[in-house]
Amino acid sequence: MITFMNNSDSEEEPCNERTSLMSAESPPVPSYQDGLQASEAGEAQAHRKRRAGSSRGPNNVTGGETSGLGVPVRESALENEEEELTLKYGAKHVIMLFVPVTLCMIVVVATIKSVRFYTEKNGQLIYTPFSEDTPSVGQRLLNSVLNTIVMISVIIVMTVFLVLLYKYRCYKFIHGWLILSSLMLLFLFTYIYLGEVLKTYNVAMDYPTLFIVIWNFGAVGMICIHWKGPLQLQQAYLIMISALMALVFIKYLPEWSAWVILGAISIYDLMAVLCPKGPLRMLVETAQERNEPIFPALIYSSAMMWTVGMAKPDTAARGPSQQTWDAAEDGRQHLRSPSHAESQMSETRSPAPTRPITSLEELEEEERGVKLGLGDFIFYSVLVGKAAATASGDWNTTLACFVAILIGLCLTLLLLAVFKKALPALPISITFGLIFYFSTDNLVRPFMDTLASHQLYI
Amino acid sequence: AFFWLLSLLAASLLWFLWVQLGGPEEEAPLLPLGAAAAVLLQELCRFACFKLLKKADEGLATLSEDGQSPISLRQAAYVSGLSFGIISGLFSITNTLADSAGPGTVGIHGDSPYYFITSAFLTMALVLLHTFWGIIFFDACERRRAWGLGLVVGSHLLTSGLTFLNPWYEATLGPIFILTLCTGLWAFCTAGGSFHNVLKCLSCKQEPEGQVMLYSALQVPPEE
Repeated sequence: MITFMNNSDSEEEPCNERTSLMSAESPPVPSYQDGLQASEAGEAQAHRKRRAGSSRGPNNVTGGETSGLGVPVRESALENEEEELTLKYGAKHVIMLFVPVTLCMIVVVATIKSVRFYTEKNGQLIYTPFSEDTPSVGQRLLNSVLNTIVMISVIIVMTVFLVLLYKYRCYKFIHGWLILSSLMLLFLFTYIYLGEVLKTYNVAMDYPTLFIVIWNFGAVGMICIHWKGPLQLQQAYLIMISALMALVFIKYLPEWSAWVILGAISIYDLMAVLCPKGPLRMLVETAQERNEPIFPALIYSSAMMWTVGMAKPDTAARGPSQQTWDAAEDGRQHLRSPSHAESQMSETRSPAPTRPITSLEELEEEERGVKLGLGDFIFYSVLVGKAAATASGDWNTTLACFVAILIGLCLTLLLLAVFKKALPALPISITFGLIFYFSTDNLVRPFMDTLASHQLYI
Repeated sequence: AFFWLLSLLAASLLWFLWVQLGGPEEEAPLLPLGAAAAVLLQELCRFACFKLLKKADEGLATLSEDGQSPISLRQAAYVSGLSFGIISGLFSITNTLADSAGPGTVGIHGDSPYYFITSAFLTMALVLLHTFWGIIFFDACERRRAWGLGLVVGSHLLTSGLTFLNPWYEATLGPIFILTLCTGLWAFCTAGGSFHNVLKCLSCKQEPEGQVMLYSALQVPPEE
């Protein structure tokens, strides 16, 4: 699920917002009022940036912001400006999301292509109990569908469990769960990954060194994700965690099941976020009622809000985006928990309470960017990784899936700017990715192979 | 890049159907036809890309403050051409590159041993050509010059056709590079460049910019 981060606090200063927007349009003029105007312009910039993200819910900030502005006459003009700003800064947000998604995919593809461990079949998860080693095609198809059903029902059960926990305010339980999952992900999976990479390149490493490296990596990761840390380090850790999780999925999901699961989960994502009775939507609404951010689930955010004198919790707009991921992730037991760990990260940012308009601290606030659930990262990487692992057309298929996913993400962000509410990020990208995977593997590959063997260029 | 992929998909689909209909023996003669179809579909998708970007450009222009979109159509043409070139180049060369790392001997069955290096040069030429074609194509569409369009399509077909002469590299590499140079010059002129511009750029002269009058509420505007 993706959403724009939004600052709902701006409605508290209607006049200032209005004048900020106005002054921002006129060229900055050095005058004795310069200081004031500059700060206003700065606020306008910050405000614009804040507004650049569409609010998450229809009952959320956008309406609040425009109503907060005390001048009804300017409302339509402001909405226009809002739209323009949304589109302008929307493009920036698209780029801000392209980079991490690309990085995650690159890490996964590089690992798949070089470390053979992740393409060897070594058993299956208990969530996919049916084996695919059956002689007949029909049986295999049936098994993969059954596997998908099992997996999706586990996801649904965990999501509902999470929603219930949240509803009955069992926050400690959730936090503990998240911390445990991120612990496991950061230490155990990293250890396995490092072991396999060292094996592939035949590099010897003694246990003390290994211990120190893993300990440092894991400890810093826990701190960054659950507490405070430099934004880029947090982002890097989130990308690494998503890549690790995606690799686990690629290894342990049997082939046909993986594709069917990808398709099914994008449908589930669509329904869970958009249907009125969907668990994710209920989670969002509960969070909005309580006016608090949904617990920091695994969410990648492209910008951070500095916690300066926060008084009230941040807009609940953030929650929903995480929700889709959370709910989806919950299904996957502890494997998902890392995603929950991720949410911790936003916790540190969530206390973004009201900033007194006059205070300069507001100017320190970084631009709020877009948030994308880590589950989306993981599934994108699973798709591309599977394409890299199993397609016989090798790189062409991988490249085609990569482009398809990015275009899907682009379209989703466009829709986000248009609809201004939390949207599932999986369906469009995964659909494009699947279409391109199967078509490239079966149609384009023979064509390109024939051309390449004769050294023909088209 | 997405549009190029779509065109490739369509071309592959056509090829697949043709081969299925014609049978496996018919593959070799169908190849020129398949390549020509791919070229035409690519140009068609480039046109679709142009339409989309033009619409986006108009949309951005209406939304912006001063009536001008932040991205000019020329920049969009360059980016579109470049992305076509990049994805086309990647698709042409990545598999070859991956194979070049593996064990093997080039041309062991009597083919040319210069396969890799010529592939590299051809890919480079193709990437550049796509960029130039993008600029020329968009400009021709903008000014509704059919001959420009025709020349772009024609030169693309010519390039693709020349590669059929591989491995007679003298006949393919030479003409293709000459074509690249000419197309580059043509694109440069289309984009508004000229000998004058190049000189100015090289001499790094600082142009006297229009002075911005800064007024202050408390200061008297400087006498001009």
